[in-house]
Amino acid sequence: MKAAVIVFPGSNCDRDLADAITKVTGTAPQMVWHAETSLPEGLDFIGIPGGFSYGDYLRSGAMAARSPVMQAVVAAAGEGRTVLGICNGFQVLTETGLLPGALMRNAGLNFVCREVRLEVVNSQSIFTSRYAAGETVTIPVAHHDGNYFADEDTLNRLEGEGRVAFRYAEPVNGSARAIAGILNDAGNVLGMMPHPERLIEDAQGGTDGRRMFEAAQAALG
Amino acid sequence: MAAPMKATVTVTLKNGVLDPQGRAIESALKGLGFEGVGDVRAGKIIELELADGTSRETVEAMARQLLANTVIENFRIEMP
Repeated sequence: MKAAVIVFPGSNCDRDLADAITKVTGTAPQMVWHAETSLPEGLDFIGIPGGFSYGDYLRSGAMAARSPVMQAVVAAAGEGRTVLGICNGFQVLTETGLLPGALMRNAGLNFVCREVRLEVVNSQSIFTSRYAAGETVTIPVAHHDGNYFADEDTLNRLEGEGRVAFRYAEPVNGSARAIAGILNDAGNVLGMMPHPERLIEDAQGGTDGRRMFEAAQAALG
Repeated sequence: MAAPMKATVTVTLKNGVLDPQGRAIESALKGLGFEGVGDVRAGKIIELELADGTSRETVEAMARQLLANTVIENFRIEMP
């Protein structure tokens, strides 16, 4: 699996994500700076990391979504390449339009930083095939703007098409229908607020995030 | 030299989109003893200095492409 991790000014989970990919797949991803206008050739997997790209100016993810490298990521997603956006990466993906909806300020206004229980809703995707549908996993969140919003039609479509990958199994941020992660219509793009890259080995307190990277590697070779 | 042309873009959350910051302001105002405060909505104002002759359509395009996220926000443009 040939992977890249995009790095914006203000990204702070880029090295965690690269470390997770390296430890699970055995191959280090290429780190790609936001000002690049093209991606390395032959990528299978593109990671958009968590953090506070461009200081969250204007809206979380808004500036990053208009950066040169994201035009290349949008094109790559259109070609069917696998894209995973975590936390700020999810916000960036909604701002580019690769995923529907928006991530708003948490309903309780507080920054939420703790482990949360998630229900795996779709276990058929590139990202989630190593989980069982209905299984509960524990993965940390750390965000201020994770309150997923979309209009009712969009929410019904996401649910009807099996595009809700994860739901919160406990109150976290006020997200519509407790949505924690969603897929695009082709299934090659996943955005999620929780941080699977933070739970890939026992030293981190658990391994519930590891299976996501194992699933991607199994699907992408 | 004449002052540059200015446009003001006001961005607010759409009706029906819960505004937790507006809610917090509302509750704080009530806590301060102000009575008769109804719904409070928070937004942002973006002031742009523009070359003379910049069209409203151009500013609208700026608002749609970047200044507002039209999934959740409305915008209003004031310019000469």
